[in-house]
Amino acid sequence: MLAARCRRLKAEMGRVITITSGKGGVGKTTATANISAALAALGHKVVCIDADIGLRNLDVVLGLENRIVYDVVDVVEGRCKLRQAMIRDKRLEELYLLPAAQTRDKTAISPKDMKRVCEELAKDFDFVVIDSPAGIERGFKNAIAPADEIIIITNPEVSAVRDADRIIGIVEAEQKGPAKLVVNRINNELVNRGDMLAVADVLELLAVELIGIVPEDQAVLVSTNRGAPIALEAKSKTGQAFRDIARRLTGEQVPFTSGNGSGGFMGRLSKLIRTGGEKS
Amino acid sequence: MSPDVQIKGIREGLLVSVGSGDWLEAEQSLLTELGRQKDFLKGARLILDVDEHEINAASMGRLRDQMSEHGLSLWGVLSRSPLTERSAQAMGLATQIHHAEPEPEEVVDEEPAEGSVEANALLVRKTLRSGYNLSHSGHVSVIGDVNPGAQIIAGGNVVVWGRLRGLVHAGAAGDEGAVVCAMDLAPTQLRIAGHIAIPPTERGEPRPEIAFVKDGEVVAEEWNVGGQVPAIEG
Repeated sequence: MLAARCRRLKAEMGRVITITSGKGGVGKTTATANISAALAALGHKVVCIDADIGLRNLDVVLGLENRIVYDVVDVVEGRCKLRQAMIRDKRLEELYLLPAAQTRDKTAISPKDMKRVCEELAKDFDFVVIDSPAGIERGFKNAIAPADEIIIITNPEVSAVRDADRIIGIVEAEQKGPAKLVVNRINNELVNRGDMLAVADVLELLAVELIGIVPEDQAVLVSTNRGAPIALEAKSKTGQAFRDIARRLTGEQVPFTSGNGSGGFMGRLSKLIRTGGEKS
Repeated sequence: MSPDVQIKGIREGLLVSVGSGDWLEAEQSLLTELGRQKDFLKGARLILDVDEHEINAASMGRLRDQMSEHGLSLWGVLSRSPLTERSAQAMGLATQIHHAEPEPEEVVDEEPAEGSVEANALLVRKTLRSGYNLSHSGHVSVIGDVNPGAQIIAGGNVVVWGRLRGLVHAGAAGDEGAVVCAMDLAPTQLRIAGHIAIPPTERGEPRPEIAFVKDGEVVAEEWNVGGQVPAIEG
């Protein structure tokens, strides 16, 4: 822990990354939990914020539900200090959660409140990772207001990609820099049979930088129910996919690997992605 | 400065943006802010960006009256709400200016320019993503893709130098001679004047195509550079 802190440049502010999707149920919360855990496992100091006020989930996925005393609304409304609301993870010393309130709704905080909270957190943390609610309304606006970077999660299905496209448009209009893309729940078997959109198809439409491909995996369901991020399971391929995303976020060049090497698929893909493409 | 009201200079005048939330509250902080800065604002062309607030014609009339009490004149209103836009239009206010970021809509003067629509063509150099709405009284050219969920409504012709997968309506004011061309013509729906076409889902390799009305039907054929292009009426 001390070593990790020493590695950080004290003067440098942490990065605020918002994970969003537009459509619900594509894996935002799972991705937030796993990317945050993977970043923390790399030795970075990470806090994740659940911006889904009224429908909080991130605490459950991280297995920290029973430790919540205060939440982000308590912080904003001055009932507690920021430090008091933050929950340290059971497994990772460098991972913290700032939970959402369950009894309020999205209007309980404003984009400005979120900016203030994140500015405060960015002083002490390397990464502030925000789990956005679905939709493009207030909760989403709260979540993207403080962001330095945006990660869009999508599934290889037409409706999710359509929503991702809309979100990218909004993010561009808000001048939040080019969004990065994670394609979640890829099933190589279905892709090879031609029954699922391939990553290349998704990228062709969205035309943004790809930062991760996560396979479909029932083990994710098990891990979220258990409250133990799959990114911490060393042997899991899905866990590896999340660990790769974390490494790419830190600037490392990590090549994309296909689940079962279908030459045509990876061949097309390598033309479309910049990082690691030439190595595949 | 009050938290939810922002004023900035743009080419067309001064853009006043109000915050989200309850309109009555937003209106109140807007009027307070305008009152405080009236000396600075006096004489400027004021364009109000009300984002998603729904304002009916009566409320907007009231707002304009209250502004004029401060000696300020409202020139235009930008909004994503169709109701608000209609209210503004009914009062003769501009509802569209060119670069009103962060509005995703590209918006252009409704009034046709003098002479032909050709005098009033719009070039857009970016990909139009889902949710983007572009309406223009003249021709529209896009250098980039038009993604599913985006829509272009043009009085004249529409040319897309890229993939056209959204909705496009050419000759929206009734010009049957309008055409739509794209490097890859695969719109969700294509309309020319009063005709609506839904392109077949099964398609071959993408190729440049041009769509026009022939014998009362929308047809698309290969876009031959050297070939015969149907007559385009000015």
